[in-house]
Amino acid sequence: MSDKVNIARQFMEAIPHSRDLGMVLTEIENGVATIRMPYDERLIGDPETGVVHGGAVSALMDSCCGAAVMSHPSNPGATATIDLRIDYMRSATPGQALSTTATCYHITRNVAFVRATAVDEDTDNPVAMATGTFTIEGQRR
Amino acid sequence: MRKPPEPVQVIKQRRDEALTKLVGRVPYIQYLGVTFDRRGDELTAVLPYADKLIGNPLLPAIHGGVTSAFLEITSVISLSWATLWDDLESGELESDSRAFRMPKTIDFTVDYLRSGLPRDAYARARITRSGRRYASVHVEGWQDNREKLFAQATGHFLMPQSRSDKS
Repeated sequence: MSDKVNIARQFMEAIPHSRDLGMVLTEIENGVATIRMPYDERLIGDPETGVVHGGAVSALMDSCCGAAVMSHPSNPGATATIDLRIDYMRSATPGQALSTTATCYHITRNVAFVRATAVDEDTDNPVAMATGTFTIEGQRR
Repeated sequence: MRKPPEPVQVIKQRRDEALTKLVGRVPYIQYLGVTFDRRGDELTAVLPYADKLIGNPLLPAIHGGVTSAFLEITSVISLSWATLWDDLESGELESDSRAFRMPKTIDFTVDYLRSGLPRDAYARARITRSGRRYASVHVEGWQDNREKLFAQATGHFLMPQSRSDKS
């Protein structure tokens, strides 16, 4: 594993909110990141069905998009979200972990463009999709 | 003769009980620690600072996902609140959970204007349009200064079907 990947992974694991939600970075390479978040009753948004709140999906998407930017080969030093749009296509199935893969598909000196997809165990039918732009702050060598 | 107006304590208690019930049902709102201040029918959401909300420990700054979640919660609760207000005031609010069903988020777009500082945050939603099936909401979040937003968002929501739509 390269230093960059190591640093990004350590950075992710040092984020208090991500750690609190049990997020695990399972893949990070060349502008693509995958993060898994286990099902947790604290995250329920609809008490009748046990479906996870959209806000928790946002937190997962945002973390994953940021990680994808950090792993881009152009070596950004840091990043922050400018905007993030999430489309909720269906309810996540209660009891199942969510997994998000984000791709940083274009990067300029100042801005990174990212898209992401979140799935549960039914990986053919995404739960949500996101598109976002992120700042680029400083280049690491 | 005209009916005398309801005593103010009775009105306040009825409104506060309904709000507490609406907000208290959702575990994720409890997890983030979001509460709602009420002035008449106007709601202000409050997100008290907690260490677990941090996304960038170096700055430190609130996690972007927390900001997004906070604004989405504010939108959904404000929308539900506006929907049940008339029934609440006319005394026709059903006590079962049907009246407290939440709208579903279709899409939600957040602008991050400043980093969220490690202190309390506030948000207020404006319902731009509320139809029978769809609603459009704009929400603003701020911290110390009402004029300096740290984030704003717009979202579209699918409304739960009301009693009159039941077959």
